[in-house]
Amino acid sequence: MLEKLKGHLRFLGKQVTDRVWRLGFAARFFLAVLLQSGTALRRFNLTIRELYFTGVLSLIIIAVSGLFVGMVLGLQGYETLQRFGSASALGSLVALTLVRELGPVVAALLFASRAGSAITAEIGLMKATEQLSAMEMMAVNPIARVVAPRFWAGVISMPLLAALFSALGVFGGYLIGVQLIGVDEGTFWSQMQASVDFREDVVNGVIKSCVFGVIVSWIAVFEGYDCEPTAEGVSGATTRTVVTSSLAILAADFILTALMFRGT
Amino acid sequence: MNKTMLDLWVGIFVAIGIVSLAFLSLKVGNMSTSSAGDIYHLQAKFDNIGGLKVRAPVKSAGVVVGRISDIRFDPEAYVALVSMDVDARYKFPRDTFATINTSGLLGEQYIGFEVGGDTEMLKAGDTIKKTQSAVVLEKLISQFMFNKASEGVDKK
Amino acid sequence: MSSARIRRPQKYTYKRELQPVSADPLVKLSNVNFAYDSRPILTGINMEIPRGKVVAIMGISGSGKTTTLRLIGGQLKPTSGEVHVDGQLVSALDDQDLFSMRRRMGMLFQFGALFTDMTVFDNVAFQMREHTDLSEDMIQDLVMMKLNAVGLRGASHMMPSELSGGMARRVALARAIALDPMLIMYDEPFAGLDPISLAVVGQLIRTLNDALGASSIIVTHDVQESLKIVDYVYFVSEGKIVAEGTADDIRNSTAPYIHQFVWGEADGPVAFQYPASPYRTEIFGEAAHA
Repeated sequence: MLEKLKGHLRFLGKQVTDRVWRLGFAARFFLAVLLQSGTALRRFNLTIRELYFTGVLSLIIIAVSGLFVGMVLGLQGYETLQRFGSASALGSLVALTLVRELGPVVAALLFASRAGSAITAEIGLMKATEQLSAMEMMAVNPIARVVAPRFWAGVISMPLLAALFSALGVFGGYLIGVQLIGVDEGTFWSQMQASVDFREDVVNGVIKSCVFGVIVSWIAVFEGYDCEPTAEGVSGATTRTVVTSSLAILAADFILTALMFRGT
Repeated sequence: MNKTMLDLWVGIFVAIGIVSLAFLSLKVGNMSTSSAGDIYHLQAKFDNIGGLKVRAPVKSAGVVVGRISDIRFDPEAYVALVSMDVDARYKFPRDTFATINTSGLLGEQYIGFEVGGDTEMLKAGDTIKKTQSAVVLEKLISQFMFNKASEGVDKK
Repeated sequence: MSSARIRRPQKYTYKRELQPVSADPLVKLSNVNFAYDSRPILTGINMEIPRGKVVAIMGISGSGKTTTLRLIGGQLKPTSGEVHVDGQLVSALDDQDLFSMRRRMGMLFQFGALFTDMTVFDNVAFQMREHTDLSEDMIQDLVMMKLNAVGLRGASHMMPSELSGGMARRVALARAIALDPMLIMYDEPFAGLDPISLAVVGQLIRTLNDALGASSIIVTHDVQESLKIVDYVYFVSEGKIVAEGTADDIRNSTAPYIHQFVWGEADGPVAFQYPASPYRTEIFGEAAHA
């Protein structure tokens, strides 16, 4: 009985220490990536190549989702606002929702599942097939050569994709609100401009998406670099990337929102 | 995928991103109106600011001429001290009357400038003397009810 | 590999110092122990790789052969004992010196480990681009020379996914010798190859070693192929060296373990049966005896 309890406690202790150890390792890894970023930034071609895979290939999914989210906001927003006779505020509603929240968050979630998982799978596969090891034996640091360009490509792509998401979302809201339902076009835009503040809303939204970019890219490269070098290991790491970064995005969003929009 | 195609696509991607950012800043947001040109500071004291918030607009004749930069409590005079950033293009006479208004019944609150007739203009850092506090709805209603009640007493 | 260490990249001018011909071995392992956590992998390894020779490390899977290579390459550090490469104590090198040592080493990984996102040409050119300031024209010539040496000049534009197993191994070989290393390490170079590719790779290992004046270490369990080309063999079993000698010594050895290994016999010192309780007991249970 006592032995069994001891066994359970040991298991619990091991779980906790493993998690903490992994977290510490992830932090050290993050630092190493930052310190090794010289190559990625100096030889920017490496990063441009990764920008293609993370950014350009995510364009379609981000653009289409942004448009649809904006159109849904237009419909739902109108539905609700017109009950209070304030359908004229549709522009503000759509724009504020997108610029402050949905743009950065949904774009980051999509980015995590589209680009983040791809980064993890690619790095994981390179590890499983000993490519990273081979690189190290060739006196090339894989963190500088493989990890850092992917990390920075992710960090650069994210705010641009989030901006595209928000912009197309606003356009989708405009299509539904103005073109389909018939809210006055002038009111739609002027209400929007009156309530969306450049510094408070747009800049904060961009800051959010930058933070999400760092989080997703970090998790993606870390999971790939740290994965078990087998086929199951890679697929497990890919799943973990999507799950962990989605949760991290939502948690970080809450914290950032609390910090940013407290006073206003 | 050869190198030039890759560069081209990445270029397109970055351009799309920047255009989106510009769209958000200029067309959706109000960067074009709020941070254009210089500003100067004005202050005003109010007995009660109601629901006035930092960054609420300052309007004159309905046109936005500035924004509220800071709201503080003055512990000596027991009044609210409101700082405003006003567009440097607009000058207001010294006897301008600052009131706290509400747009619509439930809308946001803002400061309205009612221009007086003084020939001298307000300078940066000046404090507006004549102010009118926010209308507190509860007070208004209770006042109305007291009046009605006292009318009833008189008639007896 | 597993640790996120911090290193400074450094450009390397493409020149090999003339090395004085010396009698002392290129690689020397003295009394090396290695353990993962507390699980011992290698115990008391003493090994010498003379200059200009091809040496094989043989043993069954999981006997610690690859670990030995990683110790020499400095990817792992011995728990105790010393690994010297070209007179330098590997475990004492800082990151920068370790990297400059590795520039003079070539390594062929088990399945080639070619970079899957680069063409054959770029794979071979990789180290030249990373470590030298050679012009692109010069790199073009050098890469073609290396590819010609392994007979794959015609495949320079192909992607690794388009190559057969044997071709991939040869490309990896060309990549390993890209900077004319002093030491070439082969991790299971014969694994999963058809007989023709096997012979080709075997021949290449020998000829390249002699042409470059390098030394080679082959980690393998393919006895017949490697005995044709190596000068000296170490046998490793359960983390210890159990036998060593020239190719002929090994072929003619009467030691039971070597004999079983060389002739591929199913039963012997390495038992066919994994340790288990007696067969009768397991089938009929204790009750049957009662």
